[in-house]
Parts: sequence; structure tokens; C-alpha cells
Amino acid sequence: MAKLINLTINGTPVTVPAGTLVVDAAKKIGIDIPVFCYHPKMEPVGMCRQCLVEIGRPMVDRATGQPVLNEDGSPKLQFMPKLETACTNPVSEGMAVFTETAKAKSGQKEILELLLTSHPLDCPVCDKGGECPLQNLTMEHAADESRFIFDEKHRAEKHVPLGDLIFLDRERCIQCARCIRFQDIIAGEPVLGFYQRGRNTDIVTYGEPGFDSIFSGNTSDICPVGALTTADFRFGARPWELKQAASVCSQCPVGCNVTFNVRREAKAGGGYVIKRVMPRQNEQVNEIWMCDKGRFAGYQYTEAESRLMATPAGLDAAVGQAVAKLVESQSETVFLASGRLANEDLFTLKQLAAALHAKTYLYTQHGGGEFTTAYGLTSGADLGALGKGDTVLVAASDLYNEAPLWHLRLKAAAQRGATLIVAAARATKLDEFASFVVRYAYGDEVATIQALPAKDKIGEAIKNANNLMIFYGSDGLGLAGTTALAQSCAELFSISPVSQLTGSPVSQSASFPVEQLTGKPEDRTTEQPEDRTTEQPENRTTRKSNTGLIGVWSTPNQQGALEMGFRPAENLAAELAGKTVYVIAADPAGDDPALAEALKAAKTVIAQDILTTKTVKLADVVLPAAAFTEREGTYTNGERRVQRFYPAVPTRPGTKADFALLAEVAKGCGIALEGRSPLLVMNRLSTAEPAFSGVSYETLSQPAEQWPLIGRSDLYYGGTSYENKLGLGVTLALQPKADRQSSTVSGLRPKENEFLAVPVTKLYDLGATVAPAKLLSAHIERSAVAALHPVTVEKLGLGAGDQLSVEINGAQFTFRAALDASISTGVVLIPRSMGLAISAPALVKLHAAEKA
Amino acid sequence: MLKEFGKGLGTILRALFFEKKVTIQYPEQTRPVAPRYRGRHVLHRYDNGLEKCIGCSLCAAACPSDAIFVEASENTDEKRFSPGERYASTYEINMLRCIYCGFCEDACPTEAITLEHQYELSFTDRRDAIYTKERLIEAAPQGMSATPQVTEPGKFTRSVPEMRDPQD
Repeated sequence: MAKLINLTINGTPVTVPAGTLVVDAAKKIGIDIPVFCYHPKMEPVGMCRQCLVEIGRPMVDRATGQPVLNEDGSPKLQFMPKLETACTNPVSEGMAVFTETAKAKSGQKEILELLLTSHPLDCPVCDKGGECPLQNLTMEHAADESRFIFDEKHRAEKHVPLGDLIFLDRERCIQCARCIRFQDIIAGEPVLGFYQRGRNTDIVTYGEPGFDSIFSGNTSDICPVGALTTADFRFGARPWELKQAASVCSQCPVGCNVTFNVRREAKAGGGYVIKRVMPRQNEQVNEIWMCDKGRFAGYQYTEAESRLMATPAGLDAAVGQAVAKLVESQSETVFLASGRLANEDLFTLKQLAAALHAKTYLYTQHGGGEFTTAYGLTSGADLGALGKGDTVLVAASDLYNEAPLWHLRLKAAAQRGATLIVAAARATKLDEFASFVVRYAYGDEVATIQALPAKDKIGEAIKNANNLMIFYGSDGLGLAGTTALAQSCAELFSISPVSQLTGSPVSQSASFPVEQLTGKPEDRTTEQPEDRTTEQPENRTTRKSNTGLIGVWSTPNQQGALEMGFRPAENLAAELAGKTVYVIAADPAGDDPALAEALKAAKTVIAQDILTTKTVKLADVVLPAAAFTEREGTYTNGERRVQRFYPAVPTRPGTKADFALLAEVAKGCGIALEGRSPLLVMNRLSTAEPAFSGVSYETLSQPAEQWPLIGRSDLYYGGTSYENKLGLGVTLALQPKADRQSSTVSGLRPKENEFLAVPVTKLYDLGATVAPAKLLSAHIERSAVAALHPVTVEKLGLGAGDQLSVEINGAQFTFRAALDASISTGVVLIPRSMGLAISAPALVKLHAAEKA
Repeated sequence: MLKEFGKGLGTILRALFFEKKVTIQYPEQTRPVAPRYRGRHVLHRYDNGLEKCIGCSLCAAACPSDAIFVEASENTDEKRFSPGERYASTYEINMLRCIYCGFCEDACPTEAITLEHQYELSFTDRRDAIYTKERLIEAAPQGMSATPQVTEPGKFTRSVPEMRDPQD
């Protein structure tokens, strides 16, 4: 524990850990010192000078080293001749801070007067107006009149697109550099900078295309004025007109907490529409950030034109047909569900299938779930607590594209001193921050991971780690490959002494007190998480909380499905033939022509989805489901944290939540299942599934005070949507270890004139949940490339950007060729969900596409 | 007794023939309203025909009876409704809800909305009571085209007119 420092602020005594800044210490006792450039997530720079205060430090007699005392015995204070910035001064013993004296007040007032000399009178048309720190601080601290000459007001360009997602208003900018520092320090994508100086200082973006960052939306959140605004919310609504609906992002397994801002619109016939997506503070999951995919594609697919709808009568008829088919087929039914479903849906499905004695399969190309349920993270896990002494291994995953927020948080962990090992077959963005980068050829994933402990420094880092966290992805791997990779990763825990501490599966830790989960920043830097384990009573697990295996899934709730025992089928196509197939929230036909054939060969296909997919088109019975924005439910993220989402907009006519549809179908089959409310389903779920014991809607929705304090009435740190009032979620208990099968995956090796095509994930793809986001179409277009080694490209007689024809199993597809010098010459990287079906590494033929 | 009767009749006859009549024949005749009378709202235009309303929604925020609804959109020089970047693409006032307090006038940063002298509002349908922008906005000045206009780039960059020394 850091040393505690005593000081007084405006006469109120306060005790904070050493290193705390005066502005934060004041915030702790509810004293607001105005700031613009300071942000609690970033190092102070003291650029805006808004936080001027008087700071007195106890005077020390230089000769004797004794404190100088006043006549009344109190220590004599020494003041600097001028005001000091509260954001750059750390606290010191005996310090006396005065924020309300006439001198401090006039200092703050004059800085605001200066900032307002050239700030335009735009508040009525500014998207920030209503949640603007400059507005708030002006109301609170500024003088009524300016002494500056009106005609000298600075005029600048008002509508500068920095990229296609963010607009800059140069007049409004107060040069606090929060956006620049965010991009440099937090996102690690330094694409913004200052240009010119003095009054002409401008924010500019360098690089092509402009503002090329996947975290760009966050800069508009932290901008203390309306200089940076997002394209999707441009003039969308005034902040005070918006209602907040807490939710969880459904784009990746991170499960970022988000707020959907909704309002009623005449354009929508008076109905509620979602106007924007904002991050919601959860320091254990996404802190206060989110990626551009979540922000600009977070809900758009639920409003896509291809949304399935029916009349209530039509829905009843469809349910009736589904019931008839199921009654007929009984155990000859195969249920196929994806991780897009909520926990409640999956549990209802599991019960229905069990009652029918039917098979259920998880629809995914990413295996190894039996290992993540047994070796996953446990209660108290927090990527933000990883630091010195901890080791993180990222195996076969391009986190930047697969789970951007994990990329962000692991980058921060590496910068705090954690040992980051990146094992990948190609260069990824995380390499830059890694302590060790292990490069292997596609196909050697398992051997590479198995060989890691034998390596000198890497082996040591794994063996001696305080906490060992392993992320494994599916970069260039199919179902079999990922399963084998998960196993080899899980075996690393038996090498590291971390796992020798591993006790029996936990039974009670799901109700871990929430207070212990909230790490204050001072705890983070000083206290290693292992301290917690020593304090725990013996009957609790001795496993370290930040140790575990994490699968970088492609869906938001695959972990939840795995916890309930859903597993992918090894040969799905064979399982479907002749059966009645009930597909939920999955599009096998659209993903793979082979599966489309398999579905055609099935006896009956019942499809339950929110969008008109290819599977829906060839289905005999279609059940339209409600999207996650229209209903309640919970997702289990990759860190095994169950998080609750709330309805933002009303359910569309003729659709019902998946669990309600399943319960209705079950009712028709004579099986009584809970279909009234997800809360009741969760109550049953937590009693039936040991992993979920102790999880209830009540525990899930318990908020806790989080540090930094953000988005309250003062709004220094911008945004009206940060505050988390509706719960931080609960981490699940671990499950018993599965028996290990020894599976071997033979790596494919290309013959002459052949190439090894491996599937890779791109952040922006043509998947059904991303493609409807019109704002991202240019980004998707840029991602639709097949990467090859420069030598290979030359050999094929192509250049970068030329059309490349890929022939796989007789199917042809054309991509633009891109260069990647980090891969071997015989490999071509094919993006998933970009039109070409590729679920596992395959051998393909390549040639230059004929020019049309 | 007869004396009192005659006195009373006299008053009546005097009023009937010699005093100015108070009653007017509404609706054939109407009485002028006070200059600051608060009747039905009008949305105004600048002399060049552009709308003064910039869709800022401050009138809706000020409205105590939540009678105003605004949705904003973005101007372009090819399709310009108002100066600056923003205009009201939807502007509705529910006249049944409105209490004619005039707070919207006070809140308006561009003096786009004022309560004028029309008080004869009648509806046969509740939906008719919702006045849309088309019904509220005044006609374009003589010789000026209505909105949207095609304007030269860079000319109308400011939403709120510059107010050097605002008087009120």
C-alpha cells in the first residue's frame, strides 16, 4: 500500500495515497477544481491552466530541518508567488490547498475569459451543447463580460472532416490536446497532432485515410468542447432530449458496457429510435472507452431493412408450424445456436432440447470452449490490474481486429510492466508493445505454444509469472486448430507455478463482494493482485484471480453458451442430413455453401433470427426474433463476466425475444418452460447451472462507485452517458476440468502452384451485424483484401491493390491484393465474412483476376 | 314608483341611442389585439428568404408544456434552409398543448419564432392541432425564393447572427 499523505483542501482534511494529484484529492471530497486538459485516464500536461489554485506547503527551516511554526503553534505555510495548477501537483504532507480564495477564483476566471475570446457562440447548434464542460465551467466560473475586443475574434474553418467518422470545428477547439494524447498514449495510434502555433494552433490528422484509428469515437467523448463530433450523431438530437438505456455491446466477446441514447422521432412515426451509442463506465471491462465498430455498427443491424417481421397472427401461425415439425421429429431434431443469443435464450433452448432428447450444437468455428470454462478467469479478474510480474500470452489472435478493447487494455498492461508475449503467424498491432514476439508459420500454432516453456526468457516469464493470462484466437485456424491450440495453452498452466495453486473448482466465488472488484487507481499501481489470494480463507480457491485462459470468440456470448455445455459439432454438415434442423441466430447457409447444401438435405429447417439471412431464405418455418436492443437479457463475456442489458426501444411488431419464442414452441410441444420474463429464466438458470449459481438480475445490476469519478453533474470529463447506474456484472465460477483428449492437427502444407489460404478476422467485415452500418462502408471496403507476401504478389504479376482471384473448392472469388511482409510466401490471408467461405485453413489456387 | 320606472327606462334609452356600443359582431367584425398579444406562433425568414430557425431545440427545452418538437438536419450549399450548418427538418407545435406563455420566443437565439396576433385556432381533429413547419413558417419575402436555396459556398457559415451589443 502506498504511503498515505495528509493535506487540507479549503480547510477540509483529506488523506490520499502519495502520488495523487491535488485535483483528484479535491474531487474525492467533493470539491470541484475546474479542468480542461486534465483527464484522469491520462498523465497531466498542465496546458490549459484552468485549474489554478493556491497551494501552501509547510515551511522548513533550512538550518535545522525543523518545520517553522506560527506563533499559535500551527505550521507556517509557504506559498509560491503565483497560482499553481492543481492537475500537475502531486499532494505532499501538510499541504494546504485553497481553491476558493479571491486570488484563485480570479485566476480561474481569467483563464476562462481568455479561452472564450475566440470560442464561437455556437452552443445552439453544437452537438456538445448540454453536456459541454466549457458550457458548465463558464456558467460556474466565468465573468459576465469579456474585456477583449470583439473584432479580434479568431475565425476558422467550421466543418473539417478529420476522417469519415469525426468532424472537427476549428473555431471551437481550445487546444487542450486531450484527443492528441488519447491517440498517442491510450490508443497507441498517433494520427493526430498540432499544426501551427499560438492562436492558429490547429488539430490536424496525418496519414491516409484521415484519422485512421479504430478508437476515434472516444476523442469526441473526451473533447471538453464541441470541436470533435461524430458523423453518426451530427445534429441528431440535443443531449437533454435523450433517454439512456444501459446495454452491452454485441459485436465482440469483450462485452463493452454501452449506453444507447434514445428519443422519439417524427421521422420514425413518433416511435423511439436509438440516436447514438456511448460507452458506459465499467473499469473492469471497457473502462470508459469503446471501439468504432461498437459505436458506429453497434445497433444499426437491428434496424436493417432485412429485419424479419410478422403480424402477431403470422407469428402464432409460424410457432404452430414449428411445433408441428418438432412434435413430428422429436429426438430427430438438431438445434443449432450461436453465441449471439443471450444466456436466457440458450438456457431455454437447452431445456427444450433436453425434453425432446434432441441434439444441440454451438454454431462456431472457434473451439476449445471446454478449456475456457475450466481454466477461465475467476471472480476478481481485471485486466486493468495486470502489471509488473504478470505475464500475458496472446496466441494466434489479432486482438486489434478481433477484440479491440482487449488490445487497448493489454497494451496498457504491457506499459505498466506486465510481460506481454505475442505468438502470431503475422505481424499484429500488439507486437509493438510486446516484450516478446514469437513468429511461426501457419500450421505450427500448437507446436509453437508447446515449445514456449523451453525458451529461455519466455519460459521464465511463464514459469515465474504472478498471474498468467492467456488469450487464444482463431487467426488462421479452424475448429480443430483452435481446439488443439486451446489445449496446448491450457497445458501451460500446469507448467507455471500459478496453476499449482489452482484449487478445486470454485463453488461460491460468484458472490464475490463487489467492493473488492473495484480497484482504485492507487491500489492498482502498488498492490499486486496476489495479495488478495493470501487474504482469502482456505475454503476459497487459491487460484489467482488474474490467471486464466480466454477465448477471443467472434460472438458476444459464446462463453455463456460454453458454460451451459453447448459445444460445436466436429462435422456439422453430416449431423444435419435428414434431420429437422432448428437454427437460431446463426447463418450457416450464408457462411458456407457446403452447409447450405447440408441444410437443403435436411428434412425440415426452422430458422429463428432477426435478419433475413440465407438460412432464413431456405427455411421451411421462420420465426422472427427481437433484437438485443429491444429486450432484456444477459451476455457472458470472454472474461466470464455476466452482464445485463436492458431494452432500449420497443419490440417490433410480430417479433418476440428468443427465449419467449422457444418457450412458446416448447409449450406447443407440451413442455412447460419459463417464457414470461428473462428475470425468471435467470432465476432458474442460476439454480440449474452450477457455474451460474449466485447470479441473479439483482446481483448483476448492482452499481458500485468507480474511480475515476466521471460524468457526474460537473461534467469535467464530458458525456452524460458514462455513469454506470445499472450494474457491473458478476464473474462466473469455474467448472470442472474436462478430460483432455489428445488431438493432433496436421498442418496443411501447400504443394507447388498452391497456396495455403488461412482465415483471418477483420474488424470491419461484411458480417450481418456489421455490414448494415452505412458509415463504415468505406472501412469495410478497405478491409476486403487478401494479404500476400510482397514476393508472391510480384511472382503472380500483380501489384498491391490489384485484383486477385482466389479459387477454393471450385468456387472463385476476387479480392484486392494487399502486402504483408510478415507472412511466408506460400500463404494468403483471406478475411472472414467477406464473401468467400473459409472456415479453416485450405489449399487454394491464386491468379491475377482478368480485367473486366 | 312611476318616477323610478321612468328613470330606469331613460338609462336604457340613453344607452341604446347615444352611448357607444361595446358589443361587436364577431366573427364579422374583429377587434385589434394589443401589440404584445401572444397568439399563434410564426417562424420567420431573413430578407434573403432563408429560415431564421436553426433547429437548436432551445424553444422545446424552454417550453413548459412540452408542446414543441424539433428535429435537426444538416444544411449544404446545394440545399440550404438556414444560415450555418444546422436547420430544423421537423418543427411541430401542438397548439392544444401550448399555453401561449412566450418562453419559446425568449429562448430563441435567432429570433426565429414569435407569437403573433392570430388567435382564431379551431380544429376538427386532434392531429390538426399539431402545426408543422409548413404551416408555421411565413412566406418568403417578395422576389426571394423559398427554402431550400442554392447558395454560394462559404457565404453562410454562421448559424447565429453576430450580436455585437445585444440589447435584450
